Formats: sequence, structure tokens, C-alpha cells
Amino acid sequence: MADIYEPESEADAAAMIADAAQAGRALAISGGNTRAGFGQKVDGAAFTSKRLRGITAYNPSEMTLTALAGTPVAEIEAELAENGQMMAFEPADHRMMMGTEGVPTIGGLFATNTSGPRRFVSGAARDNLLGIRFVNGAGELVKSGGRVMKNVTGLDLVKLLAGSYGTLGFLTEVTFKVLPVPRAEATVVVSGLNDAEAAIAMSAALATSCEVSGAAHLPESVRWLFGQNGLPDGPATLLRIEGVEASVADRVNRLKPFLQRYGAVSQIDQGDSQQIWREIRDVTPFSEDGSCKPLWRISCAPSAGHQLLAALRLETGVNAFFDWQGGLVWMQMEGDGEADMIRAYLKRLGGGHATLIRAREQVRAVTSAFEPQEKGVAVLSAAVKAKLDPKGIFNPGRMG
Amino acid sequence: MSGAIALKAPDPAILSRREQIIADLADFLPPGTIISSERELKPFETDGFIAYRRMPLAVALPRTTDEVAAILKYCAKYKVPVVPRGAGTSLSGGAIPQEDAVVIALTRMNRILEVDYPNRCARVQAGVTNLAISEAVSADGFFYAPDPSSQLACTIGGNIGMNSGGAHCLKYGVTTNNLLGVKMVMFDGTVIELGGKALDASGYDLLGIVCGSEGQLGIVTEATVRLIAKPEGQRPVLFGFETSEGASACVTDVIAAGLIPVAIEFMDKPAIEICEAFAHAGYPLDVEALLIVEVEGSEAEMDAMLKAIIEIARRHGVKTVKECQSATEAALIWKGRKSAFGATGRIADYICMDGTVPLSQLTNVLRGTAEIVARHGLRVANVFHAGDGNMHPLILYNINDPEEARRAEEAGNDILKLCVDAGGCLTGEHGVGIEKRDLMTHQYSKADLDQQMAVRAAFDPDWLLNPSKVFPLEGRA
Repeated sequence: MADIYEPESEADAAAMIADAAQAGRALAISGGNTRAGFGQKVDGAAFTSKRLRGITAYNPSEMTLTALAGTPVAEIEAELAENGQMMAFEPADHRMMMGTEGVPTIGGLFATNTSGPRRFVSGAARDNLLGIRFVNGAGELVKSGGRVMKNVTGLDLVKLLAGSYGTLGFLTEVTFKVLPVPRAEATVVVSGLNDAEAAIAMSAALATSCEVSGAAHLPESVRWLFGQNGLPDGPATLLRIEGVEASVADRVNRLKPFLQRYGAVSQIDQGDSQQIWREIRDVTPFSEDGSCKPLWRISCAPSAGHQLLAALRLETGVNAFFDWQGGLVWMQMEGDGEADMIRAYLKRLGGGHATLIRAREQVRAVTSAFEPQEKGVAVLSAAVKAKLDPKGIFNPGRMG
Repeated sequence: MSGAIALKAPDPAILSRREQIIADLADFLPPGTIISSERELKPFETDGFIAYRRMPLAVALPRTTDEVAAILKYCAKYKVPVVPRGAGTSLSGGAIPQEDAVVIALTRMNRILEVDYPNRCARVQAGVTNLAISEAVSADGFFYAPDPSSQLACTIGGNIGMNSGGAHCLKYGVTTNNLLGVKMVMFDGTVIELGGKALDASGYDLLGIVCGSEGQLGIVTEATVRLIAKPEGQRPVLFGFETSEGASACVTDVIAAGLIPVAIEFMDKPAIEICEAFAHAGYPLDVEALLIVEVEGSEAEMDAMLKAIIEIARRHGVKTVKECQSATEAALIWKGRKSAFGATGRIADYICMDGTVPLSQLTNVLRGTAEIVARHGLRVANVFHAGDGNMHPLILYNINDPEEARRAEEAGNDILKLCVDAGGCLTGEHGVGIEKRDLMTHQYSKADLDQQMAVRAAFDPDWLLNPSKVFPLEGRA
């Protein structure tokens, strides 16, 4: 049986990692292991932050929170909710999608740069992460950033570590920005649009001064996979408005007549609205159901999403929905090995990247989960990795 | 040259080859790209951090990415240091050259290449000014959010180098949050593209580390930036307080109440007087501190938000509340604020600090700043972004008095240490440059700095790109 490492302090972690570096021992870095399926499979001794637990600093009037990396996300969300605050980047819970169990940790959330539908307003996890402490691959404790909102002191290692999937360092503590929970929300729904029409309507809505904070399109083929939520039948294009009550009412009342030129307009309020955006965030229509159909996450220019889908639909069986105004496509495929085709079309449509989230073992073994990089960028990424993890012990191979 | 900050001694071997280097560069570049006469070089000897100046070996003014690549390739081959430059407005000396370095100034690469409204982004050359982007899209209802005070002159390339902020980033974030992609030339001449029109890129967040890297990792020649739809309306309101404490406490309570305005700017009495004398903005002169709070949205939204903010201000003994009656009045209020640095420059020389502190420390740090400056026998004006704790004490002094200049620098260093000790950082938006370079050890441990320098070396192994900046000269890897 492989070793399992569960450091109980930063010093512990540093000593264990220094030791592993010395021995050239590969470590499979994780928090709660609920997002371990992202990227290629890692062989190594399990090394988890789950015993580094607890909120170390939280003063709501400063709008920042500091916690040890292994603190459960739920514990932080509960503490924030008590003070009427939230992580504005709306991080997804990936357990349904990945078919995993366990406790998502705050370190894992930032290491995977998780975000949600509010991404285009509030940024991703990386935009909200202010400071980190981590142990590098030589077993040295390093800090970067701090606990203030604006900080340009030195190189921004914070951004580099966010979204590095545990391949550059072992996070021990994170400090991030929090914001007040909007007091009200509503979602304006345009019905009956095809994907191309929806892209036009979403783009138009985001060009208004209504401050839309969520823009998703659910084609008819996925619409029924969402809960009822008061949505009308047929394809639904959703535009979320959040803020204080009077402001939400005011903006909804401006947005609705504006959108009537695109299709039939209706509205869902507070509870139903929250529910549908949670389902979009967590990709519940494509939850792991044992069928092992490949699931792809595609990030591209908002106007390219529907074009990509149109091209792929002519070639193979796909089912998909769009978040981020069309710039984030969640796509489930009927067949197996289509990576090259997806990536070729994506390139033709102006670029972006396609990530294989889930598939049968045999498919994953022969597919690059993350978009392969251009040579210059790949060389640079490898050089950066070597500077943080010189022995290559952190999650070897996970990012390809 | 005054002051205590050491600049790297020029490499005599490079200096001795100066004529050859200039001739070589001129040989493969279009006529007029390389300038080298003393008269022409003079404007490039310093930037917004005017206490220090050095003449560069030569200045290159390329018009294309290929030209930038060719220059870098040559400089890499002959190990000639390079200092990238935008408009030269850096307040931390980020663009100050050195005698053995070629300055690559991107001001001629000033074209907006593409405006893409459906994807709400613009692709621009690095020498485009910050304001030019907003102006190009304004008629169509969009703007580019980061708005440093120097936005009329500063370039987007410089903004990326420093990860610039501005008054409105409380709501919209700083450069790194509004940047989608760059085209960048590595020191060896390789051209790479990071990011694009998608909201996120795959692999390591190299764009994130390039932004704010102060021109040490590569030279950005093009950028894709986000455009945001303009709000329906904007309204700045002036609040005058009898004490700085009252104003700071008001800021904290507004934020704590979950009201996030677009901007909260703070000015103390000296700053109010300086700005009012210059801009005639109608600032009250009988108060100790002033807040400019800007809200945006529809009329109803702004009314609701302002009502709540005014209520909080009253709890902290606000003396004057001045709402604008017209767009002209609103513009005047911002004119006063945005001309603060220029107006101060008319009455004295100054150095502008840029430390950021947690909001709960604003009052303490303001008090500490006053004590430090008094101890050094100098005056200070405070004008800063209070909503995010980014302080800008302007230390007034006479640049021609070396003794006073030394004291000003010392006072500045003491203030920045105070910010770090209060849980903050040395610089919120101006960058480290040379100004704060030797204070880095106060904020970071050796391991922290070694790690940053190691990552830097992954991009520029020979340390030739903007080499005298950011990291203390001693102890480099």
C-alpha cells in the first residue's frame, strides 16, 4: 500500500516535502480529493492538506478571509453566510460532475482555479486570491501577495499557483477577497432561441447598462435535464440580475422590454433563480451517471461557442449548454475519441482551449486532458515548473 | 543625481562598444528607429520618479513586433541590457534607463487593431494610451475600466508592466483582472501569445505573472483587453469631515454595510487646498478630510445607494455633503482629484508613496504617517483610494536641497515599513521599480525573494531585461 502523508502544520509539510525531494519520491497532492480527476492521472504517494484546517483571520469589514488550505469550503461558506458575505467568483462544487465523494477544501478550490457563472463580472478564483503560503518542491516555505486588495509588490506568484493543480507547490494557507451577498436576484428568460440567436441576444444584453451577472443558454436537448425551476418549455436563454431589491427591479424592468425583440420573455425570481444558476454552476445536467460519456469543458470567445457546437453537431453526437455568454461550453459526447477534431475546430474559430473532464479510463489514457500548448509557451511553462519544483515531485504528469 | 538608491554600475565592455551597437541596430532597422544623440536621449533619462536619472546607450522606437524581436535578438546575442518603456510616467522609476542599456520605447506602436463588441474586447498595440481605448469605444457605450491618474499619457503596455489600478478599481479590478491576452517578445526574440479572447487560458497562468512583472519577463507588444458596458449614470458626491478619523471610519462602515461604490477617494486638508487652488473644483476648505464617493447605475439605484451612504456619513459627523447638480460639476470633482499629483508638483517637488493597508488600519497609518513626516521636518499631503486601502502620501520637499531630498526618501521608507508592519504591502499600484527595490526584504523573506527571482530567471536567464529593478542588487541568484 502506498504511503499517505497528512501534514498537521506548515513545518510538517515542509519537512516531509524536503524529504521526498531528497528521495525523489513523487507526491500526489490533494485537498479533499474531489477534483482529482482534472488532468492526467498521477502516480505518487498521497499528500493531502486536509489536516491543515481552520479560518485564521476574518474581519468582515475588511472583506478578506484567510484560511488554512485544508479548511472545508462548506465551513468557510457557512462563516461567510453568517456575515452576509460570499466568494463572489461563485466556485462550483464538482462532486456530482466528477462522481467523487469527500470534502472539497479551500486549497483545492484555488489550486484548480474554480469559478462559476459570475466569472465574467467577478473574475475566477485567481482574480480573488490575494495571498498564499506554500511549500515549494525543495521543501521551502514561500509566501506571496498578502491580505490587502491591491498589491503589486514583486512577481505575482499568487496567479501562477492558482490553477496549477498542485504541480508547482503545496498550498498551506490562502487569503482571498469576499463580497456582500446580493440582497436580491432575478433571471430574465428568453425562450425559443436557437444557439446562434441566443449568442446574439446574450451579447446584446451584456452591452446594456443592466449589469447582467450571469448569461447562459440551455438548448432544448439539455433543458429537460435541469430542474423545473419555473422555466418555460423549449430552449431557454438566461440573464441574471443581482443587487439591492429596488435596483434589481429597475434593471429587470429595463432588460425585459429590450429582449422582447429576440423572443418571448419571462422572469423567474429569487429561489428558482438561485436554483437554476447552482445547477449551471455545478454542471448537474451532465453529472456522472455511470455511462462514462466523455465530458468536455471548452473555453473560447463568447461568439465562438455556438459556432463550434454547430460544426461538431454535423460530425458527431453531442449534447451541450453554454455559460459565460457562450464562452464556456459544457459538452457531453456520444462517441469516444474526438479530442483532435474538437481542438482543430476550436483553433479554426479563433482559439481557446478544450479540457477533457471525464471519460472512460481507456479514453483518458490516450487523450491529453488539457489543451496541448504552443511550443514557446510549453517551453516556458516547463522552465517555470523547474524553478518551483526542481525534482518534479509534485503531481508529475498531471498537466500533461 | 540625489538619493541613496544605487543603480548598477554600467558594464565598461558594453560602453566601449556603444558606437558599434548603435551602428548595428541602425543597420537592420528602418531609418529613424534608433536615436542616439544626447539631445534626443535627454527626454528618456528619467520617468515620473524624477529624483534619479541616467542616460541610456540608445533608444529604439520600433513600429512592429518583428522589429522588437529583432532588437531583442541582437541584444541577447551581445548581452546588452534592455529597458522597456511606455510613456515614461512610472512613479517608481520602473522605466529609468542605465548607461549600458538600450531603451525600447513602444510609443510608436499606438494603433487600436480591433474592437470586438460581441466579445466585449479590444486588441491594441502596447503603445496605445489607456484613455485612447476608452475614447475609441465610448460612443458605442463601452469603456476600459482601469483608470490610473496618468491615463491621458500612460500606455497600456506600461499598465500591464505595473498592473496599474486607478480610482475605479474598487468595483472593476486592476489591470490583471481586465487583461485577456498579450503578444510578448521574449529576450531571445521568440514571440509568444498568452491568452486570447476567452476568459481563461489553459496551462499555467503565465499571463498573470507577466502582468505586474515590471518589464522583466518580456516585452509586451500587443494586448487584448476587456471592454465593459458603461453604466446608465454615474454620480460622485463630496463628503467633508472635521477629522481624518471620521472619514476613515466612514469608509470602513460603508464597506462593512455591503455598499460597494465604484470609487471612494480620500483627501486630507493639504491635498484639498492644493487641488482646489489648481482645479477650482468647489471642494470645501473648512474641513480636515474629504471623501469623493462615486456610485453608478440608474437614477433610482444611485438615489438608494447614496441615501444609505449619507446616513453612515452622518453617524461619523460629516460636516458637508455636496451632491452634483450637473455633469459639469461631476467632471470638476474628478478633475480636482485626478490633477492632485500635477497640482502638487506646481507647489513643491514630491515623492508619492503607494503602500496598501487593511481597511481597519487606515486611521493608524494616517496618524503614523503624519508623525514620521513631522519627525523628518517635512510636509505631507494625502490623496488616495480609500476603498481598497491604497494610500498615496505625497511627501513634499525641495529636489535641489540634497539634505531635504535625503530626508524625504527616509520618511518615505519609514512610511512604507509602517504599511508593511500594519499588515499591508509596499506598493498597491505603482510598482517596485528602483524606488522600493531595497525595501523588498522588509516585506519578503529570503526564500520568498529567491523564489520570485528563480521564476524571473526562467524568462530571462541572464538578467538583461530591466535588470536594476524590483529585486535588491545584493543577494541576486
